[in-house]
Amino acid sequence: MPAATALRPESARERGDILEVKDVTKRFPTPEGAVTAVDDVSLSVRQGEFLAIIGPSGCGKSTLFNIVGGLLGDYEGEVSVAGERITGPHPSVGMVFQEESTFPWRTVLENVGFPLEIEGKPKAQRHDKARHFIKMVGLDGFENRYPNELSGGMRQRVSLARTLASEPKILLMDEPFAALDEQTRLLLGDKVLQIQQELKQTTLLITHNITEAVQLSDRIMVMTYRPGKIKRVVDIDLPRPRTSEVVGSDAFGHYVAQIWADLREEASRGMSDDESRARATGTRRK
Amino acid sequence: MTLAAFTRMRFAPQIVGFGSLLLAILAFEILIRVGLLNRFIVPMPSQIAGAFERVIFEEQIAERFYLTMKECVSAAALLAVFGVAIGTLLYKVNILRRATETWVAAAAAAPTVLMYPLFLVIFGRSALTIIMMGFVAGLPAVILKTIEGLSGTKRVLLNVGRSFKLTPWQMFWKIQFPSALPTIFTGFKLGLIFALINVVGVEFLINFGGLGQLINDLAERYDLAGTYAAICFVILVSVVFFIVVERAERWLTRAA
Repeated sequence: MPAATALRPESARERGDILEVKDVTKRFPTPEGAVTAVDDVSLSVRQGEFLAIIGPSGCGKSTLFNIVGGLLGDYEGEVSVAGERITGPHPSVGMVFQEESTFPWRTVLENVGFPLEIEGKPKAQRHDKARHFIKMVGLDGFENRYPNELSGGMRQRVSLARTLASEPKILLMDEPFAALDEQTRLLLGDKVLQIQQELKQTTLLITHNITEAVQLSDRIMVMTYRPGKIKRVVDIDLPRPRTSEVVGSDAFGHYVAQIWADLREEASRGMSDDESRARATGTRRK
Repeated sequence: MTLAAFTRMRFAPQIVGFGSLLLAILAFEILIRVGLLNRFIVPMPSQIAGAFERVIFEEQIAERFYLTMKECVSAAALLAVFGVAIGTLLYKVNILRRATETWVAAAAAAPTVLMYPLFLVIFGRSALTIIMMGFVAGLPAVILKTIEGLSGTKRVLLNVGRSFKLTPWQMFWKIQFPSALPTIFTGFKLGLIFALINVVGVEFLINFGGLGQLINDLAERYDLAGTYAAICFVILVSVVFFIVVERAERWLTRAA
């Protein structure tokens, strides 16, 4: 069976695609032989689109995130942004990481102004711009606080504002709210929707949370368990502008059920695989 | 006032700390007066307090305090510059690090003070010998903690730097160094303890100025109360030093 693809049939230019991932395969060498983390994945994201990639743990989502972000090289296939092939970190791609990534020695203002400082912008200019993005993520009034004085959700918003301050063409987010509770996650989802609407920001979200994916996305790409391939692409036809209230709608429930049906099989495979490996490790230890 | 209310007071830790010190002094005074501690080995705290005036006015304490302080500050400055620089070099050059890390760790435990005759030959009977002895004694701790701090930079912070396309120089100064600063300061404070001990110890051994020489003089005169009063000034140097370093740490780790 040919691999599913998240590429649309027309040419990239006709589609208005800003990000194109073409036939990407990534293998990692291990003592037991090469492990294929991502297998022949192709996808495209058009300007202003919100695409979520969902899959069980170990399906290569984060590998794909690192490849698109330019942090991981030595793969087959190609990744291009606005027609330009990328071979490393690219100023057009901004990344928000799963782990806490604010700089604890900098205030909120200094954290958010960091990319502007690297660009060599004068202090007054970078503070003005940083304040704009701090306000956008709803943290105005906290400019002079240090990250250790903020909650986990607020710290993730600082990371988001810092990435937005670099004005990337594509925002890449790797499970940014994974460590937060469900209510905070939904509310931050609202914030992301609001920002996406305001900036028309092209976004690629990596997640294992179905609710989050449906709440935020225009399209969802479901991945198989190892090796990570595209199993199915689901268009989310929910009205925009959207808020977290959409989670109560019938259509939302329908999408969640549909995606879970696809994911369940893959998650079960992942679980069985983990159990077999744990058994094998136990046998070896005996 | 209840105990819970007292512990919530702003200055409760300082009051408890100072109170404990006073209680310990009082306990020594009583133990010596009743003969449980030998007064020919440990003088009474009241005698030590009485000796302060004599030590201050007759033994040029201000001059000696200044000299010891100057030697400590010089050793600390050398530690900060060379300790952090060597630590960074070893972190950056992996082969050098693997080749020397065990030696540096072993040097941290070595009683370097015993090498003072060698230092006397090299630097002469001068403050420079004392400064260099303090510096050498504190160096391994600063080097090891600098390596540990730089190696411990969180991978995600490095990835943030990479995603913003930082140059290696920016990566070091904007992310790795500030991230390592708390650990570097731990090493620096450890190094300062070794340096301070060695500075006063070598002053004592080579009988060259400062508070160490005063302790030696007073002990040889069998002026026990004066000896302990002089030791109190050494403690004062240490306290002043650590207050300054802690303030610098707080300022630098915030401003880095």
